[in-house]
Amino acid sequence: MSANGAAVEVVGLNKWFKTFHALKDVSLSVGSGERVVICGPSGSGKSTLIRCINALERHEEGKVIVEGVELSDEVGQIEAVRRNVGMVFQQFNLFPHLTVLENCTLAPMWVKRIPKAKAEELAMQYLDRVHIPDQAKKYPGQLSGGQQQRVAIARALTMEPRIMLFDEPTSALDPEMIKEVLETMVELAETGMTMLCVTHEMGFARTVANRVVFMDHGEIVEVAPPQEFFTNPKSERTKEFLAQILH
Amino acid sequence: MTPSRRPPREPMPGPIEWLRENLFSSWGNAALTVLALAIIYWTVVPFVTWAIVDAAWTGTGRDDCLAYDGACWPFVMQRIGQIVYGFYDVGQRWRVDIALIVLAAGLAWLTLPRVPGKRPVGALMLTLYPVAAFFLLAGGMGLEHVPTTRWGGFMMTMIVAMTGIVASLPLGILLALGRRSDLPVVKGFSIAFIELWRGVPLVTVLFMAANMLPLFAGLSVNKVLSALIAVALFSAAYMAEVVRGGLAAIPKGQYEAANAMGLPYWQAMAFIILPQALRLALPNIVGNFIGLLKDTSLISIIGLFDLLGIVQAGSTDPEWAAPNTAMTGYVFVGVVFWAMCFSMSRYAKHMEGVLAAGERR
Repeated sequence: MSANGAAVEVVGLNKWFKTFHALKDVSLSVGSGERVVICGPSGSGKSTLIRCINALERHEEGKVIVEGVELSDEVGQIEAVRRNVGMVFQQFNLFPHLTVLENCTLAPMWVKRIPKAKAEELAMQYLDRVHIPDQAKKYPGQLSGGQQQRVAIARALTMEPRIMLFDEPTSALDPEMIKEVLETMVELAETGMTMLCVTHEMGFARTVANRVVFMDHGEIVEVAPPQEFFTNPKSERTKEFLAQILH
Repeated sequence: MTPSRRPPREPMPGPIEWLRENLFSSWGNAALTVLALAIIYWTVVPFVTWAIVDAAWTGTGRDDCLAYDGACWPFVMQRIGQIVYGFYDVGQRWRVDIALIVLAAGLAWLTLPRVPGKRPVGALMLTLYPVAAFFLLAGGMGLEHVPTTRWGGFMMTMIVAMTGIVASLPLGILLALGRRSDLPVVKGFSIAFIELWRGVPLVTVLFMAANMLPLFAGLSVNKVLSALIAVALFSAAYMAEVVRGGLAAIPKGQYEAANAMGLPYWQAMAFIILPQALRLALPNIVGNFIGLLKDTSLISIIGLFDLLGIVQAGSTDPEWAAPNTAMTGYVFVGVVFWAMCFSMSRYAKHMEGVLAAGERR
């Protein structure tokens, strides 16, 4: 844990969908600059957990503290937290009626009030970083899935967030496109960004994660550095999951 | 790489072949073709005979039309002033002309492709124009006062329809957003408003606004004003449901992406959700506009004369009462309404193409 406090601190989180108990007493602390991969079978609550961090889902019990600010019901405060927390979705969720460049500049211009020219410069810088500056004038529908997801990453980065959330970023991609997105994410990890990543890409977890979190039935079952997690898992459930996913 | 090849060109079919392929490809199709020709013959020929061949084309009164079996066009020609301006003072009709010409110019500017400056012109047409047109038509600021009881005809139809169109879209959008709101009061109000207005026929609403309010509340309301408000609120309720349909078709991910970037509600709606939702709803929005334009005829129930009302009134005038006068007037009004509605529909079709090309999904 870094000395200047946790980037994200989740304490005793409980979340229900109607009567379904989706998150059960989940506690997790992510240090600034730390990269955490969250994995687990579907329905284990991993997506719900990271969606609670930027308040896309509201929790019923417990605390979510992002950079020292506890999430409350206050709209302005939630928007302030979201300005510093970027998110990449499984289905990309690009805005189909806007060009790639406009997708990237919209939030910086309207949320951070950055002038258009400056926002475009910034957007081009990040499109360059995800290796698609030449697609800036196109519409999302004209790009491949892998390119769309890289645009989504650039769009989130153009807000210059300090924390990035990835919700199964490669699950909707064709196999040949997964690599280009993962490479982009590895490059991002190398810049020291705080990252929380829900993914089944165990190779990615091995390469970049500081810790791997395994969730099942709404609970955190095991948290361990990747080396230990893959070679010497403690819980039976983790072993079962790894056996299924690695073969 | 192999050079890309075009498919080989089909030889052009001759006219006989074309007929055989398209109209007589089977016994059933041949029978349908003959039937269709017969229907065209039995409807179009008598109509053309009535409207052109047997029609009276010149004259100054009913006697000139009685001599002919067909349409009584002199009625429309002689009464065209009243048909356009209602009972507006003849010496002041230039004021209506200016208002209509500016309106037509503004609409042309906004609808023709590749004309620059649509934003400023659109802003002026929505803000300055209505105010200026009001003073121009009603008087004041040095212009002679023309009471609204003298307004009528095509001018009245345009005033009611344009006010309804311009007011109902923004109101409808607000109501649609309100109906999807998380705030119970806003949501409740929107639902109540929409369902109340949708549950009542427009005729009833107009009648209540013009007659019941003065009777019970002792309010003396200007009939034109009450008609304008009634039509605007009535069509806003319908518009709200059309826009809501568009909003419902936007995937949840779009809302989440906008939220996740920290966009406040109104900006997320204005830049992300509404542009997509309105594009999806465009055909239905224009459908509503067309319905609204045609519904303006209902204001005759409260004693206002729109395009249809004034022609109807004129055709019963003893000076013109002849067997074909009313029918001629109706055909004329029908053609005018059809031309307006058809242009709206074509323009909407064109816009759908333009917007879809921009998106290129």
